Amino acid sequence: MTYTFDFWPVLERWPLLLKGTLVTLELTLITTALGILLGSVGAVLRTGGPRPVRAFVAVYVEVIRNTPLLIQAYFLIFGLASAGLRLPILFGAALALTINVAAYTTEIVRAGIESIHRGQTEAAECLGLSRLQVYLHVIIRPALERVYPSLASQYVLLMLFSSIVSAVGVDELFGMANRIQSDTFRNFEVFVVVGAIYLVLSVVVRFGFWLVGQALFPRRRKLGTAL
Amino acid sequence: MSPVVELEDVRKSFGSLEVLKGVSFSVERGQVAALIGQSGSGKSTALRCMDRLETIQGGRLTVCGHALHEPGVKLSDLRRDVGIVFQGYNLFPHLTVAQNVMLAPRLVRKMSKAQAKDRAEQVLARVGLAEKLGAYPEQLSGGQQQRVAIARGLAMEPKLMLFDEVTSALDPQLTGEVLRVIEQLASEGMTMVLVTHEMEFARRVADRIVYMHLGKVHESGGPEILTRPATPELARFLEAA
Amino acid sequence: MNPVFVLSLFDGLLNTVILSLLTYLFGGLVGLAVALGRISPSKPVRLVASTYIQIIQGIPLLVLMGFGFFGPSILGFGNVSALAAATIAMSIYSSAYLGEIWRGCLQAVAKPQWEAAECLGLSRVQRMTRIIIPQAVRIAIPPTVGFMVQIIKNTSVASLVVGYGELTYNAKIINNATFQPFVYFGLAGILYFLVCYPLSELSRMMERRLNVASR
Ligand SMILES: Nc1ncnc2c1ncn2[C@@H]1O[C@H](COP(=O)(O)OP(=O)(O)OP(=O)(O)O)[C@@H](O)[C@H]1O
Ligand SMILES: [Mg+2]
Repeated sequence: MTYTFDFWPVLERWPLLLKGTLVTLELTLITTALGILLGSVGAVLRTGGPRPVRAFVAVYVEVIRNTPLLIQAYFLIFGLASAGLRLPILFGAALALTINVAAYTTEIVRAGIESIHRGQTEAAECLGLSRLQVYLHVIIRPALERVYPSLASQYVLLMLFSSIVSAVGVDELFGMANRIQSDTFRNFEVFVVVGAIYLVLSVVVRFGFWLVGQALFPRRRKLGTAL
Repeated sequence: MSPVVELEDVRKSFGSLEVLKGVSFSVERGQVAALIGQSGSGKSTALRCMDRLETIQGGRLTVCGHALHEPGVKLSDLRRDVGIVFQGYNLFPHLTVAQNVMLAPRLVRKMSKAQAKDRAEQVLARVGLAEKLGAYPEQLSGGQQQRVAIARGLAMEPKLMLFDEVTSALDPQLTGEVLRVIEQLASEGMTMVLVTHEMEFARRVADRIVYMHLGKVHESGGPEILTRPATPELARFLEAA
Repeated sequence: MNPVFVLSLFDGLLNTVILSLLTYLFGGLVGLAVALGRISPSKPVRLVASTYIQIIQGIPLLVLMGFGFFGPSILGFGNVSALAAATIAMSIYSSAYLGEIWRGCLQAVAKPQWEAAECLGLSRVQRMTRIIIPQAVRIAIPPTVGFMVQIIKNTSVASLVVGYGELTYNAKIINNATFQPFVYFGLAGILYFLVCYPLSELSRMMERRLNVASR
């Protein structure tokens, strides 16, 4: 059996692909910003919060990390809908992705925080910095710098897994792929094209992380070594 | 005028281990006190209590007018008055030398960036590192890092400086450059407490020697006690050193 | 809570476990080849292996599911079952990640041990099978068990393109009939958790023990 490839019907629908790509990027950008913010807060609470808060964060992290994203998204989006709360679909998807990735981020940043030597915080305390200032300037920033490569990998994964929210009806890249499939029946070609776009996107996300890293961590730019 | 540092019967335990068993001594303004003694005798613990890195469990401890034995010490006020330098430098690795020095003046003293920069240049010049403003700690030798740590403390214009074996992680040739900085501070009239193993240095710089043994001040006095110790324990300690 | 539906969830869980085990088997075999390829003395082999990893790690599992589903018929194998398609996709996906994990473990022992083994006059293959791999296995076990958790969670993606009737798929079907998402997705989540959490804990425990042992 020989199969004749025909990419034209897929490529012809490039406006759909472009739109999907933009939605994927948008979703990734928003969830990355929120994920790193919430994950850092989570890590601080997990390491230095009051006991019940620490326990709460630990439970949150374990629940999220030991159940699939798809189940979480279904639970949240269909669940809220059944409770009469109809979120805009993109909002619901971003929420589900953020809740998911923030848990992984919490774990990653926590490892970074725990690697900061006690002497660092002591020195900062002795200089008169407040608890909040110590966290912001002496703990979180170097902790983020230290775990930055892991964070970048985690957020490439997030971008790739954002394809899953097509299952709840978000028209991101994979959702558009589904549409083009049912229009053209060129299933395999659609997957090839979309796969290639995702591959490019993963490079884009890595590059974006590299750029932000250069701006955020000047020491890295100058010396290029990990802390 | 009351002493800058005054310990009266200070007690401190870690769990069941009593480390300070009633320590008393005082340091007047402009004086340099050297804390000496065997490893484990409680020198670091005593020093750390003075900056409230450890809380004491008995006795009275007054530092720069702050009564650390009373509840509700305003830590931020205490730490404006006291600078401390550690054996391991503890510079912030992600900040340049200048940023290390400027951090506290900016955040705590609320100085403008330009003011803090001026201050940093000034204190770094005092420790002989004016040309290293833009370097990162890992680019410096141990001795240079330790001098940056001293400058970082000085930038807050403390009334008292505490030093905990600040040269014991350094090679002999790097030790000298750090000790010269401390000696310079002494000649400028800075009140200091230093834990040190450098007996020659203590003899030269300190106004007061405090020999700690088994959690107590076993003998104290002027630098002459290093040449004519009154107790056999100090004599033995000096012989071994 | 309808007992028929609950049973259907357990049915789905069984299929999840089946797909996970198949993935572990095939993904592990390919992953081992990828890991060895990454540290091969031949430059082209290393290049192929690292390109493979880069591509697979840059594509969503969902897209791989599409390849697994539509690819075989294009290659002339006819239509494949949902389980076969999902196994193909999951194995390819996991092989890239397992390959990277294991390469790290191999290199961690290889560096210091390699020369020592060379001095003993062992051949390259002997060095690998007698010296390096046995030691690498020890440090590879915790992250490998940890990755098992990823595999189990990722099988949920097989409910989408290929429509394999595993736990998430069944939960979705039940939800369509009952519209009680909190109940059935909640139950499905609990089942996943009951399988994954012990593995996560086990992995962490072994990791800690290894760290203590190597200190
Ligand atoms: N945080 C702590 N928890 C428990 N024990 C401690 C702690 N800090 C110090 N100790 C113990 O207190 C005793 C005195 O320690 P300290 O560090 O004050 O001694 P030192 O005189 O500075 O010794 P060295 O010359 O070795 O620095 C030691 O037995 C030490 O093990
Ligand atoms: Mg000490």
